[in-house]
Amino acid sequence: MTSIITRRKLTFGAAAASTLPLLGRGASAQSPLGVGFVYVGPIGDHGYTWTHDQGRLAIEKEYGSKIKTSFLENVAEGPDAARAIRQLAQAGNQLIFTTSFGFMNPTIQVAKQFPKIHFEHATGYMRAPNVATYNARFYEGRAVIGTIAGHMSKSGQAGYVASFPIPEVVMGINAFHLAARKVNPNFKTKVVWCSTWYDPAKEADAAKALIDQGADMITQHTDSAAPLQAAEQRGVYAFGQASDMKAFAPKAHLSAIVDDWSGYYIKRVKETMDGNWKTGDVWGGIKEGFVKLAPYNDAVTPEARKAADAIRDGIASGKLHPFTGELKDQKGEVRVKAGEHASDEMLSKMDWYVDGVQA
Amino acid sequence: MLEWRPRREPSRLMRALSPLIAIALTMLLGMIVFTAMGYDGFHAVGSIFVTPFAEPQRWADIGVKAAPLVMIAIGLAIGFRANVWNIGAEGQYIMGAVAGTGVALATYDMTGWWILPAMALAGILGGMAWAAIPALLRVRLQVSEILTSLMLTYVAVQLLYFLVRGPWKDPDGFNFPQTRMFTADQTLPTMMEGSLVHLGIPVALLIALVAWLLMEKTTAGYAVKVVGLAPAAARHGGFSAARTTWATMLLSGGLAGLAGLFEAAGPFGQLTPQFPVGYGFTAIIVAFLGRLDPLGIVFGGIVLAATYVGGEIAQSTIRLPQAATGMFQALLLFMLLATDVLVRWRLVWKRRAAP
Amino acid sequence: MTSAILVSIVMTLVAASTPLLLAALGELVAEKTGVLNLGVEGMMLCGAVAGFAVAFSTGSTGLGLLAAALAGMAASMVFAVLALSLAANQVATGLALTIFGIGASSLIGAGFVGRTIPRLGPVFPPALSEHPWLRMIFGHDILVYLSLALVLGVSLFLRRTRPGLILRAVGENDASAHAIGYPVIAIRYAAVAFGGALAGLGGAYFSLALTPMWAERLTAGRGWIALALVVFSAWKPGRLLLGAYLFGAVMTLELQAKAAGISWLAPEVLAMAPYLATVAVLTMMSLGRRSGRLDAPACLGKPFSAS
Repeated sequence: MTSIITRRKLTFGAAAASTLPLLGRGASAQSPLGVGFVYVGPIGDHGYTWTHDQGRLAIEKEYGSKIKTSFLENVAEGPDAARAIRQLAQAGNQLIFTTSFGFMNPTIQVAKQFPKIHFEHATGYMRAPNVATYNARFYEGRAVIGTIAGHMSKSGQAGYVASFPIPEVVMGINAFHLAARKVNPNFKTKVVWCSTWYDPAKEADAAKALIDQGADMITQHTDSAAPLQAAEQRGVYAFGQASDMKAFAPKAHLSAIVDDWSGYYIKRVKETMDGNWKTGDVWGGIKEGFVKLAPYNDAVTPEARKAADAIRDGIASGKLHPFTGELKDQKGEVRVKAGEHASDEMLSKMDWYVDGVQA
Repeated sequence: MLEWRPRREPSRLMRALSPLIAIALTMLLGMIVFTAMGYDGFHAVGSIFVTPFAEPQRWADIGVKAAPLVMIAIGLAIGFRANVWNIGAEGQYIMGAVAGTGVALATYDMTGWWILPAMALAGILGGMAWAAIPALLRVRLQVSEILTSLMLTYVAVQLLYFLVRGPWKDPDGFNFPQTRMFTADQTLPTMMEGSLVHLGIPVALLIALVAWLLMEKTTAGYAVKVVGLAPAAARHGGFSAARTTWATMLLSGGLAGLAGLFEAAGPFGQLTPQFPVGYGFTAIIVAFLGRLDPLGIVFGGIVLAATYVGGEIAQSTIRLPQAATGMFQALLLFMLLATDVLVRWRLVWKRRAAP
Repeated sequence: MTSAILVSIVMTLVAASTPLLLAALGELVAEKTGVLNLGVEGMMLCGAVAGFAVAFSTGSTGLGLLAAALAGMAASMVFAVLALSLAANQVATGLALTIFGIGASSLIGAGFVGRTIPRLGPVFPPALSEHPWLRMIFGHDILVYLSLALVLGVSLFLRRTRPGLILRAVGENDASAHAIGYPVIAIRYAAVAFGGALAGLGGAYFSLALTPMWAERLTAGRGWIALALVVFSAWKPGRLLLGAYLFGAVMTLELQAKAAGISWLAPEVLAMAPYLATVAVLTMMSLGRRSGRLDAPACLGKPFSAS
């Protein structure tokens, strides 16, 4: 019973505090720092949202009783998101992570009302004095798995199970293909658009269709592990998405691009605690630890391993950029000149495919 | 022993009381179920059904969520009273938003006070047009409107996807499947600084009042009820079932369309693939929760909206999974449908006859 | 197109059609008795999660299938008590059942996310099930054959047997059926239970055969397609088989065409096709009624109380 009473006090206390946002909240050193998370999917998706929630668990582990985290899952992009974000703000959280592109406008909107609270929006491009943005250079990971695919593929064809042609997905396809083509100049990457982020049965059928058409490497930019299972069933190789998905396809799973937000979350919590949080835009890759590769499968040949590690280390050290010219699009027009590499701005608006991609 | 006896006529007292009994039962059952599952059941129920009302800052959220539900549910309820089962309000809601957005995109570089009313009109017409298909099929060919209106909802969803991913995609939007943001002249005025509270909320209340007057005080409302309760008598009385079908379908379609436009031009400010969140289906629950009475629906809309808001409070305070909110909403409707039996039946104590 | 691809397409097509066929066939029987249960998606999810949970915990796919059927049936009984015994509105009850199924399956399944189990395998020995082309006939799992047998069984039952005739009578004219002395409510209970069991199996086809795992909303809206198929089939099991396989074929061929680099219709047009086709079939059925007869059960969706 006592716990119920304290909880209720806490709720009402937080409510009172937020009606008077200027009263020195956060000044009291002993109360834990509230950190809120807004997720677009269920934490049980074992994919994108799950990786963000792993980040939340990491800060809990790091700071223990000094912080108190809360999250809202399955939040629809739109007005529901604005309400969810505002709810976390009013509940006394001082740092709020909104983890989907579609939360951009709602985050900016709510942030205006709560100038004292820090907001962090993943994958967006709108910022404010109290809204920072962060994203991961997943394409760097795709260059590594593309290298493995180039080495391991016998047919020289990869199948790409994709969601929607937004820049994030397009740059991933290109990075994967460029890396594979560097190994095998005749490499082909075939894309099937599923028009959904999540429909396991359809994702599996898309993978099967790609395998039927000759692909012996399956990679994906959708959320479920179904394409890996299809690859396992058909005896071809595949790469996991967002997290290590080896459990779903022990033989087929060569590696996976693993999203790791924990480093960034730990850092930003610390900065908020220390009072030196600043807005900004962080686009972290392999070097910053945002993007990791799952352990290689035993089936990965020593040669492929070595090449993949070289790409990974080259990207991490900054010596290598996955989008180094000369790059031509499918019409033969030069998009990136020889010796140069694509700028971040170009990547964030990418809507063209490199030569050899069938999308 | 206790025995169920049919009532000679539906109990007015129970009509009013049964939603409250259903809410009480849902709270009790929810508490037991979630405690058994290892959650703090007491606090879960408190967060979902009590806290949203206890904290004034949540009222705006409840209003924003309730307004479209109430608008759609009123139209549906009038149809349900006339035995017209439009369950495709979700599709009409989407088509209203689509039609209004069409006007918005066409007037993108224009200014003027007339743009928003034109969008609202397009919204109403869009919803009506989508509802006219099942109405026509029912009146002319006796095709069940339950099935056609439901099927057309999925057609509307795909049409929306097609438009926002294709022809209506924001040219400056980095290929993200969504339209441009609406301009100031295309956006509903906000009623409260720093919230999403928009014109749609007072309009929804006004509509509820008008609908109540219509149903209770006019011949048209009487006709609807007679057609629903006693079709044969209605024919004798000169009320046309076909006309009632048309009128209620167009009314519910138009209201759903207007609600859709308000949502697009209000809280969303654009059209995105995430636009349909199932208001059209949830409104069916609201209609029943409100006992198909316009004023009751305002109550039902507020209760259901509060469960969304409260569900989020429960998530962030006691880590109740989001799925639990859906469970509570389903339980609420189950309980309501179950307690409905009290309206038509009564429990009597009957002494066992001597053997 | 090589013959290997053709065989592979047939295998994918059959697998994609089977869960729809199972769920729709169950709903067809329920609708034949005049009951419209819109909770198919909810019952499928209950079956999917129960099937996976039991198969994962016991290691037995057979027990998983049994659990799925029972879970679907249990969910359908919630509907039956409200809509049949208490004569509640069927539309509202069905919708509530779907909301309930989504929530309940997510809560129950939370502990099983990220796990996998061996896929439901083919029935026949490898000599047949892995034969290059004979596998088109012998390479399927038990549910595929079960669904086909059930189509035949239900069709014969409805057309050729006395209980089938009674079942249809209940859906066509419940008052007369009651007057003759048939237990209308009991028959509807049985039909709804059958529908629930098949929806449960249809859901389990996802979690045990297609994509052996559990994730929230695993069935991704197939329950609504199953509902559309029942109408599309004009309440005839044979035509339902055709409809389900036609739908599976379109879905499979769309992905194949994309993989082969052929872009044809916008995906949205294909996605709305089953629903548009259903409306068209309903319309045509009604237009043709003057010459033929309407197959929609006359009492569909209407509550019945014996008093």
